[in-house]
Amino acid sequence: MTEQTTTGGAGTAPVRGDVGQAEQVALDLTDPRLSQQQGLAGATRAAIVRIRNGDVGSLPVLVGLVIIVVIFQAANPTFLSSTNLVGLASQIASTGIIALGVVLVLLLGEIDLSVGSVSGAAAAILAVSNVTHGMPPGVAVVLAVGAGAVIGLIHGVLFTRFGVPSFVITLAGLLVWQGVQRQVLSLTGTINLPRGGWLLRLGEFRYFGYTGSTVIAVLLVAGYLVTQLRRRQARLRAELSAPPASLILVKAGAIAALAGLVIYALCQDLGVPYIFVILLTLVIAVDWVLRRTRYGRAIFAIGGNIEAARRAGLRVDLIRTSVFVLASTLAATGGVVEAMRAGAAGRDTGTGDVLINAIAAAVIGGASLFGGRSRRYAALLGILVIGAIPNGLNLVNLSDELRYIITGSVLLAAVIVDAITRRGREATGTG
Amino acid sequence: MTVTQPETAARTAVLALTGISKRFGAVQALDAVDFAAHAGEVVALVGDNGAGKSTLVKVIAGVGPADDGTIEFDGRPVHIGSPHEAQHMGIATVYQDLALCDNLDVVGNLFLGSEISRGGLLDEPTMERRSWALLRELSAKIPSVRVPVASLSGGQRQTVAISRSLLGDPKVVLLDEPTAALGVAQTAQVLNLIERLRERNLAVVMISHNMADVFAVADRVTVLRLGRNAGEFVVARTTNEELVAAITGAADNVVIQRQRRAEAGAHPHGADPRGADPYGADPRGADPYGGEQ
Ligand SMILES: Nc1ncnc2c1ncn2[C@@H]1O[C@H](COP(=O)(O)OP(=O)(O)O)[C@@H](O)[C@H]1O
Ligand SMILES: [Mg+2]
Repeated sequence: MTEQTTTGGAGTAPVRGDVGQAEQVALDLTDPRLSQQQGLAGATRAAIVRIRNGDVGSLPVLVGLVIIVVIFQAANPTFLSSTNLVGLASQIASTGIIALGVVLVLLLGEIDLSVGSVSGAAAAILAVSNVTHGMPPGVAVVLAVGAGAVIGLIHGVLFTRFGVPSFVITLAGLLVWQGVQRQVLSLTGTINLPRGGWLLRLGEFRYFGYTGSTVIAVLLVAGYLVTQLRRRQARLRAELSAPPASLILVKAGAIAALAGLVIYALCQDLGVPYIFVILLTLVIAVDWVLRRTRYGRAIFAIGGNIEAARRAGLRVDLIRTSVFVLASTLAATGGVVEAMRAGAAGRDTGTGDVLINAIAAAVIGGASLFGGRSRRYAALLGILVIGAIPNGLNLVNLSDELRYIITGSVLLAAVIVDAITRRGREATGTG
Repeated sequence: MTVTQPETAARTAVLALTGISKRFGAVQALDAVDFAAHAGEVVALVGDNGAGKSTLVKVIAGVGPADDGTIEFDGRPVHIGSPHEAQHMGIATVYQDLALCDNLDVVGNLFLGSEISRGGLLDEPTMERRSWALLRELSAKIPSVRVPVASLSGGQRQTVAISRSLLGDPKVVLLDEPTAALGVAQTAQVLNLIERLRERNLAVVMISHNMADVFAVADRVTVLRLGRNAGEFVVARTTNEELVAAITGAADNVVIQRQRRAEAGAHPHGADPRGADPYGADPRGADPYGGEQ
């Protein structure tokens, strides 16, 4: 915890071509214009400087979330009750998963307006194949999610082949897939999932208690520690600066504390919903793909400058098509999760404010509508805000109409912030 | 090891184009153009707007293959049918619009499309390390490779774009107006970088409108005018006026007449009708229509 330098020390080779610099200075810190950011104190200083310079990261969303929580808690003390939080955690799972796909499409600089309908259609396919046709639940899930993939493939191919704006294709999809949803459900209207089957239990009745959720939290923290420490080692080996081990430990401690808080809050009641864990898993998986793989890098590049991506030899059309496939697949997964939570699939599943909430969550979380930029975990942070608002308004008995107005206004505010930030970036030339 | 003298370099023409023609509908963009680039040499390609410079670069880069003519690379006749083929062969191109991703950092841009990964995951430390090594080698002044390139100055962005072209270990680097839209200090930075490329024994082809830049870094100048060769000059043995005359084709311009009178005694080879000395002023440069009218 007392470590002060970030470089390898004795074995470090002198940095080439940089006469006059101390031998221990890491390769990436030799420029005199860079302030030396070493140790825990240095990291803290650097963070403060970043915030002062207006690089506030996800801070505004977090602050917004705290404000929302404080207001609702003041209005109705049951807001932070374990029962309500368990409900909130289940409610946001499906839209959060759908928002994850929206983030991917936004990164390309495109939009998918069909995600709500696709989730509804997938829920319908799930229910009909499981209940009406008696297929095993696993097969029903594969069919529903697979249908999402096929739908995404159709969108992607239409988009890349004919160059029709994604806005128009997916607007048509919004109507078409909702029609398919109703067609599949036919006269039944709503199909209840069998109460005893694992499909339903996975959603509404399955929760991780103290033991289960603690195991998950330990795995999460251990995974974080291992990857961060390995990354640190790799950077030191490459003679680059690396975050001090103490900082990694502090961050891991913070994650552990947060996880502990969530477990404590939820497990007083039913526990951590399975579907919330599914959301978390997908959020982390998508983040990994985006930040750590060539595929993710390609998505960012295409959103940043498609011509540059093309000249760099990226298979632009293939990647764009695959992102539409992913978006629809995630939307379908969200639909399946929603059917599990509600214990039914109906004509209304995936309709109403599902689409707008998913887009709002993505944008509020920090995915730019202009492509190529997104803060980490945008979908999760955004859906916490977007989910907390109707949940809290419900507790103070506000009408649906007002809920719509408020959610719509929040989305508008987020979009304006996005546009202003973009203009600021262009003016100051910062990324 | 490092070849800087044009006379020595002339023995190793990496790239030689002869009789290149290209037509766009009614426009004869290139008409039997000859062009050569040598290892360890910076050759400037100059000419007025519409002279065919970009078209010639596109022929070399494989973006727009020629209708007619031959290309030799490393002494062997080749066909460059696509940008990929050109790249594979060892011809790197830095276009005027740079083609950087503003949202990616310097490392992300340098390795775009050829990222190093291990076990399916990006190997960021290795890429960052190589980025620093490359930038150091080029004496490039970039404070951090972890900032989005949007936050870099024009000269730094140009540096990133040029460095990026070197990752594929090319033999020829084509630069389309590398100093256009740059300030004085930033232009100097880029010109320094071009020096470094020459030291690495690369053949550098630089399109430029700026005579000061040409005189600062180029060893040789090829002038195009209305799609034809309009002169071939050794920078050390030419003047600004001479170049301007070749570019504009202003044979009867006062400046040129005075220059001719002054040079008549000094450079007798300037009168050689067919340019037997490849580095002598080509008479077509002074009067491109002399043979026809
Ligand atoms: N794609 C094209 N289609 C039609 N004409 C073209 C095209 N590209 C270039 N040209 C014409 O060819 C000539 C040479 O152009 P270019 O090579 O761009 O000149 P420079 O780069 O020297 O300014 C110009 O007359 C231009 O209008
Ligand atoms: Mg041009």
